[in-house]
Amino acid sequence: MEAPGRGAPAWFLACLVGVATGCAAPSEDDPTTIRFWAMGREGEVVQELVADFEQEFPGIRVEVQQIPWSAAHEKLLTAFVGRASPDLAQLGNTWIAEFVALQALEPLDVRIASANTLAPSDYFSGVWDTNVIDGTTYGLPWYVDTRVLFYRKDILARAGYDAMPVTWSGWLESMKAVKRTVGPANFAILLPVNEWTQPVIFGLQTGSPLLGDEATRSAFTEPEFRKAFTFYLDLFRSGLAPSLANNEVANIYQEFEKGYFSMCITGPWNLGEFQNRLSPAMQDSWDTAPLPGPDGPGLSLAGGSSLVLFRGSPHRDAAWRLVEFLSRPEQQVRFSQLSGDLPARREAWADPFLTQNPRTSAFWEQLQRVVATPKIPEWELITSRILEYSELAAREAAPPDTALARLDADVNRILEKRRWLLGRDRTGGTEGHVSP
Amino acid sequence: MSTILERQQARAALQFLAPALTLIAVFFFLPVIAGLLLSLTDFDIYAIGALDTARFVGLGNYRDLLHSTLFWTALKNTLYFVLVGGPLSVAISLAAAVLLNSPRLRFRPFFRTVYFAPVVTTLVAVAIVWRYLYHPRYGLLNHILGWVGIEPIDWLGDPHWSMPAIIILSIWKNFGYNMLIFLAGLQTIPEELYEAASIDGAGPWRSFFHITFPSLGPVFLFVAVTTMIGYFQLFAEPYVMTQGGPLRSTTSLVLLMYEEGFRWWRMGVASSIAFVLFLLTLGGALLQLRLRRARA
Amino acid sequence: MRRGPGSLLLHAVLFLGAAATLTPLAWMLAASFMSPGEANTFPPRFLPQHPTFDNYIALFTRIDIARHFLNSVVITVAATLASVVLNSMAGYAFAKLRFPGRERIFRTLTLALVIPAQVGMLPLFLLLRELGVVNTYAGVLVPYLASVFAIFLIRQYVLSVPDDLLDAARVDGAGEFKIFREIVFPVIKPILATLATFTFLSVWNDFLWPLIILSESSKYTLPVALAGLVGEHVQDTELMMAGSVITILPALVVFLAFQRAYVRGILSGSVKG
Repeated sequence: MEAPGRGAPAWFLACLVGVATGCAAPSEDDPTTIRFWAMGREGEVVQELVADFEQEFPGIRVEVQQIPWSAAHEKLLTAFVGRASPDLAQLGNTWIAEFVALQALEPLDVRIASANTLAPSDYFSGVWDTNVIDGTTYGLPWYVDTRVLFYRKDILARAGYDAMPVTWSGWLESMKAVKRTVGPANFAILLPVNEWTQPVIFGLQTGSPLLGDEATRSAFTEPEFRKAFTFYLDLFRSGLAPSLANNEVANIYQEFEKGYFSMCITGPWNLGEFQNRLSPAMQDSWDTAPLPGPDGPGLSLAGGSSLVLFRGSPHRDAAWRLVEFLSRPEQQVRFSQLSGDLPARREAWADPFLTQNPRTSAFWEQLQRVVATPKIPEWELITSRILEYSELAAREAAPPDTALARLDADVNRILEKRRWLLGRDRTGGTEGHVSP
Repeated sequence: MSTILERQQARAALQFLAPALTLIAVFFFLPVIAGLLLSLTDFDIYAIGALDTARFVGLGNYRDLLHSTLFWTALKNTLYFVLVGGPLSVAISLAAAVLLNSPRLRFRPFFRTVYFAPVVTTLVAVAIVWRYLYHPRYGLLNHILGWVGIEPIDWLGDPHWSMPAIIILSIWKNFGYNMLIFLAGLQTIPEELYEAASIDGAGPWRSFFHITFPSLGPVFLFVAVTTMIGYFQLFAEPYVMTQGGPLRSTTSLVLLMYEEGFRWWRMGVASSIAFVLFLLTLGGALLQLRLRRARA
Repeated sequence: MRRGPGSLLLHAVLFLGAAATLTPLAWMLAASFMSPGEANTFPPRFLPQHPTFDNYIALFTRIDIARHFLNSVVITVAATLASVVLNSMAGYAFAKLRFPGRERIFRTLTLALVIPAQVGMLPLFLLLRELGVVNTYAGVLVPYLASVFAIFLIRQYVLSVPDDLLDAARVDGAGEFKIFREIVFPVIKPILATLATFTFLSVWNDFLWPLIILSESSKYTLPVALAGLVGEHVQDTELMMAGSVITILPALVVFLAFQRAYVRGILSGSVKG
């Protein structure tokens, strides 16, 4: 009697397992290769800087992986949860709180203190603050982003203004004057309705905390935010801004040139884009200005990206070398030239590359007056809700009070867990400490 | 003697089944049960960092879903897709099958292959192609519609047209599959029935409704149920083409589940959405079965 | 239908239908050979003015699509082989091996057919994380190796193999595995071809699961890489079309080569159903 093929299926299984574990083994044998994830344009241009870094530090090799911005947030989180995160990554500074809640990031205070070339005072305080959660620093600012006004100098001049006003009332008057100048078919300002940055900036300017009670409750129905929201919606209602989403405007550069709108609130990347995409004839007709606020020069967002180290990485020291390298003023300047982003390091701003361009001065000024949005893990999710409800109101698909009430309810529901955790920490004291 | 053979068979069965069933048990059924359990907790990003922050919330997630406008929007969108796209798709498949079944037809294999080709194409790849076809200005579809005098439509930018755009893509992609099944079913209907009917003076429509349609009964039910199950799982098209927009008009249940689960890491909430999806699918399937039984 | 439309009308309608069905794919192919910007013109073009391979070259040099192609091939082939072996054994067991509880276990499996795959995806992700196979080939393969649908397909077909053949071999003293290998396997080759084609196509085209489990772009399969490209290069229509062509072509080729086997599989699951 022939033995049944008892071994056969088992043998096959063993093969499969072998293949599986072989495939699961880490692909890198070299202990000094660090994996660096960067997004979008930054990911493209950093390769050049990395090449120089590798020359200076021959024992360290850097593998740069470029991720599109649209997928970066989820990719980074998925990678961390799946225990497959890189050694070093670029992180939008509004995402830092999330990763801290995950206990994913390496605290950097000790490294910063012992590095004699780095100090918090080298950076813009509002931006530095976005990296500090509960007294500990988790990221080093790499480049900064804030929002200022880009506008048509010539149209503003025709409307009777030789400089951008600094108060809301002055600004409103100038926009009305512009509207009278350009006619009913055009607009004074473009504020895409599917962006959360404008309502939030106005809210910050009126002094709204956005979230109250140590970021456990919505403050969107409080008077300050209501005032900002009304100001924002009035711009659409009075015909000063078109109710359009950013993907509904075919080509904002063409529209700006045509005078369809004369102002917009946008960031540093457009310094280069405006230069490249507007015709030569237009180059003297536009300028930048810091944002006006309710009673004087206003606040703006402390945006940008930081460099972070992941806690589980076996190559944190090598990765830190790269962070230090990228933070050198000359590397900051070089990076700025390649990417069009603004350097995080104040020293770098003294470079002629930046001083020669008068339009960057609006950013320099504004960066002195920037403030962080609530530094909690739920913030990303909350911005998506702000976006949705403010779009409903701007398109008049819902009355403003309803939109705010719904936003309020949603945000409170989102923050319920945070309230519970803070309450628990106060009464019990457990490991899962949450930052107030 | 027979008992030895029986024992031999039983032993062999264990070995033959063990690999596949173990895989299915561990990597399918176990996660499904875990999903159900997860949906009863508020497992989220805090819990991934520190497990003790997860709480048992019973049906809390489900209750929150009922209060969530986004959930109702996703549900509405998915039902729109299933209840409009589904029957349309089935109807077009049936029509194509009926035409292909015509005895006068030449080149049947050619047509069958051509009509089926979209089924095997990669959904992501064709969604990208259709994204360009749907461009209001540079897209081929508006261009062709222009030949018959129809004004350009902002397919993917207008909330009223975004779901129809996805339905059209979906029908194009899938109708070949059901067409094939209907074709096989049609070919089992005896010619004599039609001959008898035509002698009695019945026209093509009456033949269809009195002979074809009833004879296709079980096949029709199968197609209807499987199409519905598949359509409830709408994900890749909105993910690639519209990201759930504009104004959330193409956010489907699975897309919402993906967002909650992998963008916001609210895994308790995501699992509850997945379970609602399961219940809907099951309910839809049972409903169709009952309707069929009632009719027969 | 007996009394259908006139033959000319019938053929005209069907040819029109064929044109409508093929146009998107034809345009995709044409656009992939257009120069940058040509596909975004008004009025839209059907054919490139000066066909060029530049987009394909760019895919292979700048985007490294060969790597994604390789990933897709490796994963799909491995899944197909594993699926054919594992599911055929299980399907055969349910059809021809007598053992206690066979019908009950089989009915339980039926349940799996109604449960959407997404229900278990999150916990599966967490489970694989514990096993350390996130972002690996093994992790991607896990859901593809065994499937209830495949087992059903095989079982259905194997039921038609005559029992006497198998019993005679048993009486002669052959072991079960030998019977499977030497008698059953050759006879069920047609359905195995069907299953292989099915598995190949469904794994090649799968999107959501690889999207979730793979986080490093060097491991992405074609569909995931393509979706990622759209985020970055949405302006580069021609490039994206070339990427789509490369992704779809192998699937179409496999389908055309194994059409009969594939179609048989679809029908066997349904008409008798």
